[in-house]
Amino acid sequence: MTSTSTSGYAVEADDLRKAYRTGRGRQPVHALDGLGFAVEPGTVYGLLGPNGAGKSTTVRILSTLSRADSGRAWVAGADVGADPDAVRHRIGLVSQRPSSDPMATGRENLVLAARIQGLGRADARARAGRLLDRFGIADAADRLVRTWSGGMARKLDVAIGLVHRPQVLFLDEPTTGLDPEARAEMWAEVGRLAGDDRMTVLLTTHYLDEADRLAHRLAIIESGRVAVEGTPEQLKSELRGDLLQVELDLEESAARAAGIVGTVAGVTSVLHEGRTVRARTDAGARVVPVVVAVLGEAGIEVASATVARPSLEDVYLRHAGRSFESTDTLEEVSA
Amino acid sequence: MRSPHEAARSASSAHAFAGTPISTLITHSTYLSMRSIRALVRQPVFLVITLVQPMVWLLLFGALFRSVVRIPGFAGGASFLEFLTPGVVAMTALFSAMWAGTVYIDDMQRGVMDRLLASPVRRGAMMNGTLVYQSLTSVVQTAIVLAVAVLAGARFHGGVVGVVVTLACACLLTVVCAALSNAIALMARQQEALIGISQFLSLPMTFLSSAIMDPSLAPGWIRDCARFNPLDWAVVASREALLGSPDWSAVWPRLAALVALAAVMAAAATRTFGSYQRSI
Repeated sequence: MTSTSTSGYAVEADDLRKAYRTGRGRQPVHALDGLGFAVEPGTVYGLLGPNGAGKSTTVRILSTLSRADSGRAWVAGADVGADPDAVRHRIGLVSQRPSSDPMATGRENLVLAARIQGLGRADARARAGRLLDRFGIADAADRLVRTWSGGMARKLDVAIGLVHRPQVLFLDEPTTGLDPEARAEMWAEVGRLAGDDRMTVLLTTHYLDEADRLAHRLAIIESGRVAVEGTPEQLKSELRGDLLQVELDLEESAARAAGIVGTVAGVTSVLHEGRTVRARTDAGARVVPVVVAVLGEAGIEVASATVARPSLEDVYLRHAGRSFESTDTLEEVSA
Repeated sequence: MRSPHEAARSASSAHAFAGTPISTLITHSTYLSMRSIRALVRQPVFLVITLVQPMVWLLLFGALFRSVVRIPGFAGGASFLEFLTPGVVAMTALFSAMWAGTVYIDDMQRGVMDRLLASPVRRGAMMNGTLVYQSLTSVVQTAIVLAVAVLAGARFHGGVVGVVVTLACACLLTVVCAALSNAIALMARQQEALIGISQFLSLPMTFLSSAIMDPSLAPGWIRDCARFNPLDWAVVASREALLGSPDWSAVWPRLAALVALAAVMAAAATRTFGSYQRSI
């Protein structure tokens, strides 16, 4: 077996499995259950899924922090299990949590990271200066990071990850906890990484709009597997028709309403959750009065009924079998 | 699209890693020590806080129990302050070093630990960085404790050699305890657990030694325990070396044992990074 990938992908994961022991006598938790995907160089690849789906475990394995129980993965041409040192020279990791030293200045953080990666003193200082300028944090560069705002510190985290010009940058939930303005700036920066810098970015997120906006391709991760994979456009267009959403007055009638909606011509894939009934429809807006009418005949009060173009949320709903925000209360109704 | 060979070439040429593994280990250890030293210099108040407890032991405890030297059979000399000072030096090293792991836990709670582990930095350098920093702290603390003892009237006739041996003992004990603290931090991964375990170890180590009392007045089982206690090795070696005419046969074996244990502990603690990585 060779430790060098010959496939030409920047990141390639094959049948990764990982279980965590949770305590004596308890069943191990399968964080990854045969996960696999491949990323073309110079693209942004999104791993999308709720907390606990296995996104961060995947990043930890690909960035050599953690080892898979089985399966193989290559990053920037090197096998993460067999040659982690080679991988570590070629990647940058921006983990979920702030990864700068709060008791050092921004510049000191960057210079230290650069020196560890093998840059000489002058190169390290020059590189730190350029990154501080590029991220617009040069004004604060010589203040201790603990005095920085969350958005500025997050930019510094990304700058630290870029200090040695890695081939692959891992961004683990880069915008969680940021205000909308800082988030928009981060999005613009991520766009530049793959565009101008020809870097490969592996992005994890639980924000659908973030994945839609940034990722050239994405995988929806569910229970440690890839539920579906493709470009955001492919995933959305794969969904037939539009989304019908009916809000009821009473939650108790949702199951019965779902059954009734399923009998309407042109309506498929009916789900209900709380007071909401969702379904797919080929018939566009024409189906709305029909649905309201049949529900009215059955004595079910409708608060609102809408039809919308499919979003990534709907892709997620379909492939993960549950809606994105809520994971508890969903039951599928066979239409 | 780039071929993987091109990709690999550009990776190795981008910032090729200069130097041998050993020189890399040394430079990385230096960078990481500097990081901690810089943080301490910015907040010297932490160093002052670590000196409060030794001053209480030295000045209050020393004054309170000054008469113990008059107990028949006390073989530690005529001045309790002089007897107690090497004990307080070792206790200070122990109590400070047992906190060493809190830096790792802070780094784990932020993403600093993960970032370093996913970078080419050597695990040994991550360990050395904290051990060097803790040792330097210990040198400063020891110097201050000795100076205060002299100001309070203690006289050490061992001269420069005695002071150097005392500093060496404090540093080696610091390495042993800081490595242990780091290992506990990497395995327990929680501040509360680290503090609990450290406190559980620190006081028994202190009392099962000759740090504050002549063991010839203590029960035999305490003397037996003290023989295996690295804190006692440091106390006995430095106390002897500070005397006017030391019995070096009591110093060297203990110093050698401390060197060996420090090396073993540092190496073993470095291996616990693997345990941490398996847990995440």
